[in-house]
Amino acid sequence: MSATTGPGATSSPTAAPSSSSARNANATSSRKPRRSARRRAEARLGWILAGPAFVVMLAVTLYPILQAVWESLFNYQLTAPDDRTFVGLNNYLVILTDSIFWRAMGVTTLIMVITVAVELVIGFGLAMVMHRALRRLRGLLRTAILVPYGIITVVSAFAWFYAFDTTSGFVNSWFDWVPGISSDLNWFAETPTALIVIMASEIWKTTPFISLLLLAGLAQVPGDLEEAAKVDGATPWQVFKRVIVPNMKAAIMVAVLFRALDAFRIFDNVFIMTQGSAGTEVLALLAYRTSIGQLQIGMGSAISVLLFLCVIVICFIAIKVFKVDLAPAQGGK
Amino acid sequence: MLTTKQKVWWALGTVAVLVYALFPVAAIFATSFKPSSELTSGTFLPSSPTLSNYESILAGDAQELFLSSLRNSIGISVISTVLASILATLAAYAIARLDFPGKKLVLMTSLAVSIFPVISIVTPLFNLWRTIGLYDTWPGLIIPYMSLTLPISIWTLTAFFRQIPWELEQAAQVDGATTYQAFRRAIVPLAAPGVFTTALIAFFIAWNDFVYGISLTSTSAARPVPAALAFFTGSSQFEEPTGAISAAAVVVTIPVVVLVLLFQRQIVSGLTQGAVKG
Repeated sequence: MSATTGPGATSSPTAAPSSSSARNANATSSRKPRRSARRRAEARLGWILAGPAFVVMLAVTLYPILQAVWESLFNYQLTAPDDRTFVGLNNYLVILTDSIFWRAMGVTTLIMVITVAVELVIGFGLAMVMHRALRRLRGLLRTAILVPYGIITVVSAFAWFYAFDTTSGFVNSWFDWVPGISSDLNWFAETPTALIVIMASEIWKTTPFISLLLLAGLAQVPGDLEEAAKVDGATPWQVFKRVIVPNMKAAIMVAVLFRALDAFRIFDNVFIMTQGSAGTEVLALLAYRTSIGQLQIGMGSAISVLLFLCVIVICFIAIKVFKVDLAPAQGGK
Repeated sequence: MLTTKQKVWWALGTVAVLVYALFPVAAIFATSFKPSSELTSGTFLPSSPTLSNYESILAGDAQELFLSSLRNSIGISVISTVLASILATLAAYAIARLDFPGKKLVLMTSLAVSIFPVISIVTPLFNLWRTIGLYDTWPGLIIPYMSLTLPISIWTLTAFFRQIPWELEQAAQVDGATTYQAFRRAIVPLAAPGVFTTALIAFFIAWNDFVYGISLTSTSAARPVPAALAFFTGSSQFEEPTGAISAAAVVVTIPVVVLVLLFQRQIVSGLTQGAVKG
């Protein structure tokens, strides 16, 4: 964790020397051409090394998304591939005037907002405990917290599903004293209760990630500032609000943005628990059902493109409106 | 020294975190030992624990379904992790050490790809893979897994590599080491932990995939565990596969827990390395 490395640091002397043969060959030539030849050799080596990764990344994302944009302009069903006809933006028109799409959009947005908000609160709690923990407890706490992070989302979905399920679950019998919960409550029959369990699984699985990011942010809050505030008689809440949060705002924003984008793509939990029934269909599931389930490639592609545009809009809002600075995420300031 | 009151608070805080993190795992662990007669009992612990669920997935009816998916998951995840690690190591080395036009572009691309909604490219891939014969094959999953494992690897490794004191390499050469020796003795020991940690995180991500797994496979030829779990059925039409799924879930969670136990420090540093700085 050093704050000194960064994009600026890479052009500093520490980064420049290399033992590449191209440079050594040029080392004897005259001063000015040597510099440019050296630069060119460095640029070439840079692209030789970074190029393959760059090309692979574009090949597995840019190419398919362009393909999706193209296919979304057709009425194209795999069940009748010969009837493929160009329909322009008609698929988009159909989707954007369909209440199913807007409902899925609403459910997805709701899940995103609630899970991120709850995760931020729980994540802060976990980060605080880990941050202040005694040295000998730290390893134990970190290990425990990494278990949900490492677990397969589908496994998490099943664990929560079976716990709440009417026939196999224990939640109903444990909590039947809570008003509204009885032994025959079917959590997955109604939208609100089904969403609660879906979100619980999502939150449980992804909060560790947010809390680790917040923990790293906490480490950057100057301890003497906290001390000074305490000496001046600030309450713990005041210290938190006036000292800790402002000093780790960048970490919070990056964590929220990453999690929000992740939550917007929610698929696994919904697929396992309800398959979109009981009004829990989310955008990713709608896209999946349309193209893989019903083999309507044109329409499914259009939903995929819209989902992609949503992610871009969220990013844009985060960066422009909330001024999330991705520079710290780049490894330096 | 801690006061008694503080000690109590610490104990409570620690217990709360442990319960939070481990309770759902404990729940599915307990379920996996329930005989089928107890699956509807509504209790947390089985009253007469049995290994029959494990028998069914490792040696019984569900064996074919589970073991082949386990093989697929391990093979596909490991291969895509290794490929991503190699590509990312080269790229991150160039970004951290060399000055070349477009290195910001490479970094920004990896950020953009990492927030890319996987489901958006499943439809075109599904169609394309069926045309060119990659549907339901290992390469048919390994290739799209690159979109999951490669960006985070580049991002994390770049952060790691930027902290390596590269001068050590020259210092070794000044001291008489050859270029290779300098690299081997000075740089590799410093870079290896970062590469290893990154590979671990990439593996977790590949191991976790469900969207590609369920969309781009149709048989046990390539279907990975998360997708296979969704296709488990009971031994009869009226029987829920709860026990078998729970046992399978426990089996695929064991490697995760072992890796976490062994490498928690590295994983935490890797996760926070790339994401939050400054």
